[in-house]
Amino acid sequence: MTLVLSDVSRTFSSENAEIIEALSHISLSVNNEEFICILGPSGCGKTTLLRIVAGLESASSGSVSVDGVPVTRPSPRMAMIFQEYSLYPWRTVEENVMLGLELRGMNKPDRMTAAEKFLDLVGLKGFEKRYPHELSGGMRQRVAVARALAIEPSILLMDEPFGALDAQTRNRMQHELLRIWEKTKKTILFVTHSVDEAVFLADRIVVLTQRPGRIKEIVTIPGARPRERTSEEFGQVRRHLLDMIREESDPIQ
Amino acid sequence: MIVNNPFFLPKLETVIPVLISPFSDILGTGSLVQNASVSIERVVLGFALAAAVAIPLGIGMGRFAVLNDFFDVTLELLRPVPPLAWVPLALAWFKIGIVSIVFIIFIGAIFPILLNTVDGVRGIKNTWVEVSTTLGASERQILTKVVLPGAAPTIWTGLRVGFGISWMCVVAAEILPGPTSGLGYLIMYAYNLGQINVIIAGIIVIGVIGLAVDQGFKAVEKRWFGWRGLER
Repeated sequence: MTLVLSDVSRTFSSENAEIIEALSHISLSVNNEEFICILGPSGCGKTTLLRIVAGLESASSGSVSVDGVPVTRPSPRMAMIFQEYSLYPWRTVEENVMLGLELRGMNKPDRMTAAEKFLDLVGLKGFEKRYPHELSGGMRQRVAVARALAIEPSILLMDEPFGALDAQTRNRMQHELLRIWEKTKKTILFVTHSVDEAVFLADRIVVLTQRPGRIKEIVTIPGARPRERTSEEFGQVRRHLLDMIREESDPIQ
Repeated sequence: MIVNNPFFLPKLETVIPVLISPFSDILGTGSLVQNASVSIERVVLGFALAAAVAIPLGIGMGRFAVLNDFFDVTLELLRPVPPLAWVPLALAWFKIGIVSIVFIIFIGAIFPILLNTVDGVRGIKNTWVEVSTTLGASERQILTKVVLPGAAPTIWTGLRVGFGISWMCVVAAEILPGPTSGLGYLIMYAYNLGQINVIIAGIIVIGVIGLAVDQGFKAVEKRWFGWRGLER
């Protein structure tokens, strides 16, 4: 499986008919089972980029392809995990996880088996019959991950999935995600504005510039996992990235 | 003086017998139960028709701006008109009879159902729709798996309010000249004969039925739509 973004640009027209360029000439080739983080200041278009890859939005020019097949709409080979509020409050945890399979017409016993398997994988065994409002933020994101995995995609697209969680839960979820990634062998495209998170998770970090988002640099992160957040090596990479982000951030903010 | 005057406030002993024998004929208009079932039948007809029109239309208006633009102005103009203002027109169009009554109920019920449906559909979180799209949902599946269940609590509120108005409309429509049955007719007829105890009994029955149905709506709301307000 290879995911290729070639020369992707995206423009919007504002209310007074001005053309706003959100993304400019993004080219990237993602390897099979690679963990990529897209890092950038707010408003740089990183979420837009992910949505274009997901097929939820289209590029103004350029293209995205999976194994040479252009992406024009959401494909079952990819699943997206949103920042928050993505669970259906009227469905139980297990019914949420089963949704993708239900939409494909899979029969109920098979769906249940799959839901059980993926809930077990994300550490939510025993929570099948609960409702989303009974769960903590971290648990809800685990359900969202299980739901995405249930359709057995080869690529996971994650849009700041831990952005709304408190620092400790966030760290734990990062560990969990790495464990799940190693077990399921997915290719992951992970959008974040946290340098720390990107360095902890990624094989490569794609740093975007302030609007219009261009690729400023692609940083390969050395070091085996689990990475030690307080290590010298970690600190150096972080410093380098933080400097880059600072240059890109709007001085007013 | 007023309290002792049976024409203002009949003695309890004269009201209770009417209530405890709901199957016996009252003043030749049929029994309480008969009259109540006639009223309920009319309400159910008008209410069901209103729901059948309002829910699909509301979903369409909530989902598609074109439909909303097309209907919105007309509906906003008609909405403030009290249902009873339609009575003369209903009589002119449908003559005296069940159709006119059902039409008035329909008019009374349709707006709360419609407005709540539109609101409910607009309140669907975009992320909910997008999640289902990325999981491979068709337009039809988005409607049945996301839009309908997501808007259901708000639609239900519309039905509940709509039913309350329907119930008021049926009684009012039955009081007007024309009908020869129903709870509204019964109390008006009792007035003409000076039977205040029957009027009071009738009012109690009207109130109890209205309350019972509303409690039913509420129970369903609690049982099925308890998630509303808790979603995060």
